Parts: sequence; C-alpha cells; structure tokens
Amino acid sequence: MQESRHEAAQRAELPATTVVARFQIGCLRYLDQAGDALQPLPQFAAGPETLTRMYQALVLARAFDAKAIALQRTGKIGTYAAALGQEAVGVGTAFAMGAEDVLFPSYRESAAMLVRGVTMEELLLYWAGDERGSNFSGPRADFPICVPVASQAPHAAGAAYAFKLRGERRVAVCVLGDGATSKGDFYEAINFAGVHALPVVFVINNNGWAISVPLRLQTAAQTLAQKAIAAGVEGLQVDGNDVIAVRDAVERAAAKARSGGGPTLIEALTYRLGDHTTADDATRYRDPEEVKAQWRFEPIARLRAYLSGRGWWDKEREEALHGQCAERIQKALDAFEAMPPPGPEAMFDHLYASLPKALQAQRARAIEEHRRRG
Amino acid sequence: MAEVNLVQAINMALAHEMARDPDVIVLGEDVGANGGVFRATVDLQRRFGLERVLDTPLAEGLIAGAAVGMAAQGLKPVAEIQFTGFIHACLDQIINHAARLRHRTRGRLTCPMVLRSTCGAGIHAPEHHSESPEAIFAHVPGVRVVIPSSPLRAYGLLLAAIRDPDPVVFLEPTRLYRLFKQEVPDDGEALPLDACFVEREGRDVTLVSWGASLREALAAAQALSAEGIAAEVIDVATLKILDMDTILESVAKTGRCVIVHEAPRCAGFGAEIAANLAEHGLLALFAPVQRVTGYDVVTPLARLEQEFMPGTARVVDAVHRAMEYR
Repeated sequence: MQESRHEAAQRAELPATTVVARFQIGCLRYLDQAGDALQPLPQFAAGPETLTRMYQALVLARAFDAKAIALQRTGKIGTYAAALGQEAVGVGTAFAMGAEDVLFPSYRESAAMLVRGVTMEELLLYWAGDERGSNFSGPRADFPICVPVASQAPHAAGAAYAFKLRGERRVAVCVLGDGATSKGDFYEAINFAGVHALPVVFVINNNGWAISVPLRLQTAAQTLAQKAIAAGVEGLQVDGNDVIAVRDAVERAAAKARSGGGPTLIEALTYRLGDHTTADDATRYRDPEEVKAQWRFEPIARLRAYLSGRGWWDKEREEALHGQCAERIQKALDAFEAMPPPGPEAMFDHLYASLPKALQAQRARAIEEHRRRG
Repeated sequence: MAEVNLVQAINMALAHEMARDPDVIVLGEDVGANGGVFRATVDLQRRFGLERVLDTPLAEGLIAGAAVGMAAQGLKPVAEIQFTGFIHACLDQIINHAARLRHRTRGRLTCPMVLRSTCGAGIHAPEHHSESPEAIFAHVPGVRVVIPSSPLRAYGLLLAAIRDPDPVVFLEPTRLYRLFKQEVPDDGEALPLDACFVEREGRDVTLVSWGASLREALAAAQALSAEGIAAEVIDVATLKILDMDTILESVAKTGRCVIVHEAPRCAGFGAEIAANLAEHGLLALFAPVQRVTGYDVVTPLARLEQEFMPGTARVVDAVHRAMEYR
C-alpha cells in the first residue's frame, strides 16, 4: 500500500509552514455594461437566432415577475420571490442545460424554470398555494422549488450519483443563493460531489443579500467561488448580469461534467434589485442609492444594447415582444384563474403511494367537512 | 437453515435485495470495507462493488439528502446512520424533503428510500448513542417508521421497507443486535408493513410494545402467567402507519392495556396509542391505560441506563395496577 500523505508528513520533519495551494479565481465576462463585447463571443452567440431567444426569455421572466408581484398585491397569489436584476443567471443557466439534465432550483429561479418548460400557470399555482403547481407538465425530472436554504444541494449530488452509477450522460444543476453557501448542506454536497467526481454544476446566484444580511456579514471569504477549493472542486466567478457569460460558463461546466470531469462551482455575481420577497421591504436595511447605482449593470439593457448594436434588434421588435409577453402572461393568468381549487382529498391523495387504511377515515372526514361547509 | 441474530438478519435482507434489485444501493459512514460499525453491511461491498456500497463523507445531512436525490432518480438507497444521536442532522432532509416529495409534486417525483439507524439503550454506549427518537419521526406525515423486535421481523420488515415506494425510517434496537438468534429462512419473503403482530395470546391484559422493550413485555407476560394472569402481547412493529385495529381488537377482548416503551413518556408514541384507546376503545376498558416508559430525562450514560429503561418488574407492577380494577 502506498504511503499516505499524512504518513509521509508524520515521518518527515514538520515544516514551520506548508504552502497548500496558491489559487486565483477566474471571472468570465463577455459584455461590458454598455453591451460592448470585451472579447470574442462563444459560438452560440455568433448569430442573432439564439441570442434573441435568450433576450426574449429575459424579458418574459421580468414581465412575469412584475405580474406576479401585482397579483400578490391584489391577493390573488401568496408571497412571491422575484428575480428582478438576476434574470440572466436563471436564463443563462437553463439555456446551458439539456432537456435530459435536471434542475434543482431555489425559490428565486422562475426565469430558469420558465426556460426549462415549467409553465407560467404552474408557477402561479405554486405561489398561490396549490401543490399542482409543482407537478410540472414540462421538465418531469426537475425538482420543485426548494424553500429551505441549501438543502437541494445534497439532492443534486445524489441525483448526479445516480447518473454516474447508470452511465447516463446527464448533469444535475443546482442553483443556490449566496446565503446558502453559509450552510452545511452546501459544503457537504460539493465535498461529496468532489470525492466522486459527480456530474453536477452548482450555480451560486450571488445577489449580495440574504434577506437583510449583506454578503460581508455572510462570509469573510473574498469570493464564494473559492469555497470550491476546500472541496477539491473547480470554482470560478462569472458576471451574472452577462447572460452570455453565464450560459458559456454553465455550458462548459456541464460539458466537463458529462465527460466525467466532475463538478464545478460557479459564482454568478449579480444584484437583487427588488425586495427579498413580496413580504419584505428592503428600504428598511438597504441604501436606495446602492440600488440605484446597481441598475446600471442590469442584464436586460446590456444584452439589448449588444443586439441593437449589431442591428439584430430594434424598437419595433421590442414593442412586439412586450405585447407577446403580456399576451402570454394574460393567457396563463386566465387559465390559472379558471382552475378550480383542489378538493380536500388532495391533501391525502399523494401522501403515500397508496393511502394507508388508517388515513382513509381522515380523508372521508375532510371531504364530509368540506361538503357541510358548502 | 442457519440461526442468525438480528444484525445478521439485517445483513441477509440487504444482500438478498441487492442481489434481486440492481437499483438498491447502500450508503453511509463505514458501511463499505468495515461492513458498518455493527457489521450490518459486512461483505456487501465485496459482493456488490464500490459504487453500490458507498462509504460517504462524515456528513449525516448529506447522507439523507443525497438519498433523496438518488431515490427521486429511481434508485432505492438504503442509508445508514450509525447512531440515533446523529440522526437529528437528517431531520431537515426527512421532514422537509423525503416525506413530502411525492405529495408536493402530486406523485411526479417519489422518494423510495430507507434510513436505517440504531436505537435504544442497554449496551453501555457513549453519550448520544442510546436514544429512542421514534416519536419524532412518527409525527411526520409521509414517512413510515418501522422497528423490528427479532431477527425474523428484522429480515422481513427490512425487505418490505426497501420495496416500499415511500420513505421508511427503520430503527434497529442495538440491544437486540446480538441478544438472541432465530432461524431465518433467506427466502425473500417480506412481512407486511402497517401491521401489528400478536406475539402471544391472552385474555386478561394487553401488553403493547415494540423493539427491544418487547423482550420485557414478553418476560412480564411469562412472569404473570405464573400468577394466573394471561397477558396478550402485541409487537407494534410499524409505528407509522399505526395498525390500531389489532390493538383495539385485543383490548376489546382483555379490557386492559399496558403500553411499554423505552423512549421518554411525554409525547412518546405510547400517548398516541393511549389516546386512540380513549377515543375508540373506552367502553371496552375496565382500567385506565397504563404506560411504562423511560423517564422524561436525558437518556443516561451507562451507570444509570438500567434505572431508565422500563424493566420487567415495572411492567408487572403496571399490570397489577390495571388488574386492581374490576
């Protein structure tokens, strides 16, 4: 048996210090804040077709968020977590994924979920408090929204283990917030993924705030990407407001994962322009000047400037797109509103594969109570 | 047919199911080369390979959480947590995810995983190794909680747990691991979940217990028979989903019930059974339901654990109290 590093260290004279590693974290960016290319763009951005689809997805996500907030204000749905300013993280991530891959989202990933094929009607149902919203007609293997912070990271690692065990060329993609990197689940998952070189990509949606707690109170680390290093995993930063960079980084990480190269941790640097949720008021803890300044970096105007600069986009198309988004959202809203609420039996019917006898009386009772209330 | 102890029966069930179903995988700390700290997984890694018998990093939350991800992808993970004192790190994953994945996705995703752990005192173990947390899990909608009381039950119930399409918390009484042997045919026959077993028939009093405490219940029944008191003994086996019908049927016959469990009394699972008897079996009762349990204290270290655990004498006393009512 080969002598372990530990044994070698025990035997050798111990040095006063050991240089474990010297590291630097790369940061990928293609477009500057004015929408000018800083370097040659990746292949998918060579023509207008893909980029305009990505642009449409960004605009739709923002329009959906705005509508969802309005619906919450009028009591039609419950608490909602918007992604204002961070749409590029979700859109870029989802565009980098294959249909056979599996997304493990946090609660702020409507943009990614919409691109994956979750319908707006399903999202509205979920946020309105209806479990049918998590029964996606689209990406059937994707996980539902994870509300407890970071606990979806072990799920992604476990799913990736299953892919590897079965020799499937699929990738698990887990999106977490910056607060999630303070949790044990996050570290436990990247550590395990590193040990087994699992096909999983962790995307940290670093929007600077965990409700009211700023990043500087979340960690003393210079970057969140460097947390990967302790797990022996590759970590990098990406401009999270540059959808081209997000997609390219995730796509490369996914390709590496698919070919057996193991996990990657990507820290997407972005900013939460809105409140944490509709139940939050960020003016209590955040300087409005800071938010105002961050609007200059937001992702949609940046990509639009690039597309317009190439002659691939104009005001007319912009107006048409807004019209289409409003129409799609209204259609989804109509379908959502036409959907009768589930009956009380829905509380019981998917709890177990088949309803245990001991619960049948409770189910009948709930139905009877419902009937009596009318 | 070989006689085996309870830990060997667990090993037999795992090996049987791994051979039968390639989706079954075992994960946990030390489950591989070491065969588990109690040897429950011994030889499995040699037979089924490093990928299906997986030594994980020391991270209980990860073990449970990764099992959720594996199960949702169609594997059947059987995860081991060495001691129940460490299982609390898994509660988030079990309560928030495993238990409700089917429900919240309307059946789109499911979680057919088993979380195995040890439970109970009586083996002079260190701190955090001797607790009985079954009631914590039994409170959670969407899971099953199973506790075997013998090698035969362990084999059949573990097969059933692995084959069950929903998450199962499977707690193995450490005290029973090597206490006695039984002939256990390795025939792949599962025992039913959600069903109590009538261990011994009697007409005067019903003793209800599970896991290691069933030994004291049986010993008490034996002692009482010398006094002419015929005790019926029921092994609950699956706490969740509770088979109250069998218990009610027995109490309808005997009119008296003594519940024996090692876990602390307050909000212990005995309270659930007693409440059900009050709701559905009151008119059959001649005497108040008696509970013989651990005290509402921190499970003590070795020197006091015999004081804590409900011994046979305490069970006999409780039956005597119940018999005073005519």
